[in-house]
Amino acid sequence: MRGQLRASLALLVLMTVLTGILYPLAIWGIGQSFFPYQAEGSLIVANGKVIGSDLIGQNFAGDTYFHSRPSAAGNGYDATQSGGSNLATGSDDLIKQVKERIQAIRATGFTGGIPVDAVTGSGSGLDPDISVANARLQAQHVAQSRHMDVGVINNLIAENTRERDWHVFGETRINVLQLNRALDNLANH
Amino acid sequence: MSEFDIYQLLLFVFILAVVMIPLGYYMARIFQGERVWLSPLVRPAERAFYALSGIKADGQMNWRGYLLAAVVFNLVGMLFLMLILMFQDLLPLNPQHFAGTPWHLAFNVAVSFMTNTNWQSYAGESTLSPLSQMVGLTVQNFMSSATGLAVAVAVIRSFTQRENPNLGNFYVDVTRVTLYVKLPLAIIFAVFLLWQGVPQTFNTSVTATTLEGAQQTIAVGPVASQIAIKMLGSNGGGYFNANGAHPFENPTGLSDFVQLVSILLLPISFVVTFGFMIRDKRQAWALLVSMTLMFVIGFVICYVAEANGSHVLDALGVDQHISNANIGGNLEGKEVRFGIMNSTLWATATSATSNGSVNSMFDSYTALGGLVPLFNLLLGEVIYGGVGCGLYGIIIYALITVFIAGLMVGRTPEYLGKKIEAKEVKWAIVAQLLYPVTVLGGGMLALILPDSVSSLSASGPHGLTQMLYAYASAAANNGSAFGGLSANTLYQNVALGIVMLVGRFGVIVPILAIAGSLASKKIIPVSNGTFPTHGGMFVVLLTAVILMFGGLTYFPVIALGPIAEHLSQLSQSVM
Repeated sequence: MRGQLRASLALLVLMTVLTGILYPLAIWGIGQSFFPYQAEGSLIVANGKVIGSDLIGQNFAGDTYFHSRPSAAGNGYDATQSGGSNLATGSDDLIKQVKERIQAIRATGFTGGIPVDAVTGSGSGLDPDISVANARLQAQHVAQSRHMDVGVINNLIAENTRERDWHVFGETRINVLQLNRALDNLANH
Repeated sequence: MSEFDIYQLLLFVFILAVVMIPLGYYMARIFQGERVWLSPLVRPAERAFYALSGIKADGQMNWRGYLLAAVVFNLVGMLFLMLILMFQDLLPLNPQHFAGTPWHLAFNVAVSFMTNTNWQSYAGESTLSPLSQMVGLTVQNFMSSATGLAVAVAVIRSFTQRENPNLGNFYVDVTRVTLYVKLPLAIIFAVFLLWQGVPQTFNTSVTATTLEGAQQTIAVGPVASQIAIKMLGSNGGGYFNANGAHPFENPTGLSDFVQLVSILLLPISFVVTFGFMIRDKRQAWALLVSMTLMFVIGFVICYVAEANGSHVLDALGVDQHISNANIGGNLEGKEVRFGIMNSTLWATATSATSNGSVNSMFDSYTALGGLVPLFNLLLGEVIYGGVGCGLYGIIIYALITVFIAGLMVGRTPEYLGKKIEAKEVKWAIVAQLLYPVTVLGGGMLALILPDSVSSLSASGPHGLTQMLYAYASAAANNGSAFGGLSANTLYQNVALGIVMLVGRFGVIVPILAIAGSLASKKIIPVSNGTFPTHGGMFVVLLTAVILMFGGLTYFPVIALGPIAEHLSQLSQSVM
């Protein structure tokens, strides 16, 4: 028993040094040397200021921007409180929320079928993406608010559509923050 | 199902099929103490480990010695982790000044990570310091999966020992699997994740000014190193609350695919290791076929249920049809970049193995879609299972199968050349009964006690499912959850902690006792009267035994939970 205790303690200390300290440090070193952008969180910097992360969704409330999906992270896109709504498909809360979201979309004058990602929250509450159908749904409203031609907006959507990785993995999607940045860039020219 | 979904599935199967044989062979050589291509690099470190810790590398242990070593090593690790968590405020690398956790949370987390459950009742990014995550959790991620593999290897050895009670050396097995298998794989994998966008930094947060001028604080940290081992070791304990749904844990479609492969990589390869070590690959194929059969059935049900979407949303006129432009399906709790295909494949894989990480929220699944991960847990995680524990779990089922087959033909059952007698069957039944007793008993108490019921966020059938899932997940050492349950309460932390301990050691003790008994027996040559345990007949019998055990034990509670929920929604949408 005493032998076992000694061996266990010694092995635990050695393993802690190896897997708990040296291993994360080595990965940190590799990250800082070869992938510094990703290692710090894929941060987007404009005019010397961090305006967000390419991977983390943010809240857009105004009419002149494309909106992200609904979010259950904190008060919405709180990147210190990730998480989903965890509401069951049949729960009254979820039904009520979805109805409100549908109403808000209809209020913008959209009459077509509403893609499901526009009225449901993601698992992380930080989903940076929307579907192509969701972006098209918002195009007319954004164009009107910006006094722009909807054709230009649709071109922008096409340019900012990210194909499946290696044309196979995951889904076709649009990064909302990047799309909205492209909108702003267009307006500044 | 789109053509891309089919390509992803085919690639998934293809990659696992190609990798499992060389990796399985490699692990067999590791556990048999043979030289491998990494030896010139790793062997000196391994020797240094033994020298520094005073472990005698050639010292053999019988089943009691092996069990004692496993228990002592795990308890020491658990206490160490508890101390780190409770006193993280006094330790370095805590820039956000998080307080030490309360004792019951520390107990729950320490048990959870030591038993390879990785149930998380806390939100990582707002509770734990980078030091707690690295020096505390990451270490136990390595050690708990190494313990599972070590015990499984001891069990395999018992079939090849001839009247010799020795099962190997626990410390040597843990050291070798960590140095030769886990750590090299984790390094490669962590670098891949870095490339895909998983952060690895000692900053803890960044403040951004959004396009609309608001402030967004973004939590970051040393994430990549922990996610790599979380996936490889069937651990599942993430850095962030949202686990594999968080874009920093799982940023892209490609990272998701590779993480999916890594969930099943070691559990599947280890079945091949089993075949190599007992020098009879047909036995391993039989187990693999049975496992794969159940996996495919579960996946198809889950995919179809989620792809069809929610009845309720259909009724509201939401477009859930899957196409290239519309992600579609039941998307509440799921990420756009993963869609239905990658979410449901993950849900099936993470519950079939004891991984327990999630990339979508089960609580928001349709009743039938959520039933699949629940049922996988209730079967005891033998569909590939966790690294190591999946194999010894299905060996228990195999023993019961040959016992039942033996009863039918009136012969003493044998498995892999060893006579299965009263002692082995008794222990197998103990292991098999403890699990439903803990799940149903623990779950029942939790539904009666007012302190516990207040944790539920849903009422009716869905509330029952939430609670059942929590206790099944803890007892099966899985760790995934129906996240609506507020589990960070005194009652749930302590009760689920105890359930996790019983779930882990309630199997390890019986299976090592069985191994000890088998190792001391002769190996009987195969004769005409031997019931073959590699043919189609055995696969069918084994699968039937597993499904009957699971199905019959849990049918009443499943009927009251997910099935009742499904039927009530169907009737609602008709009205």
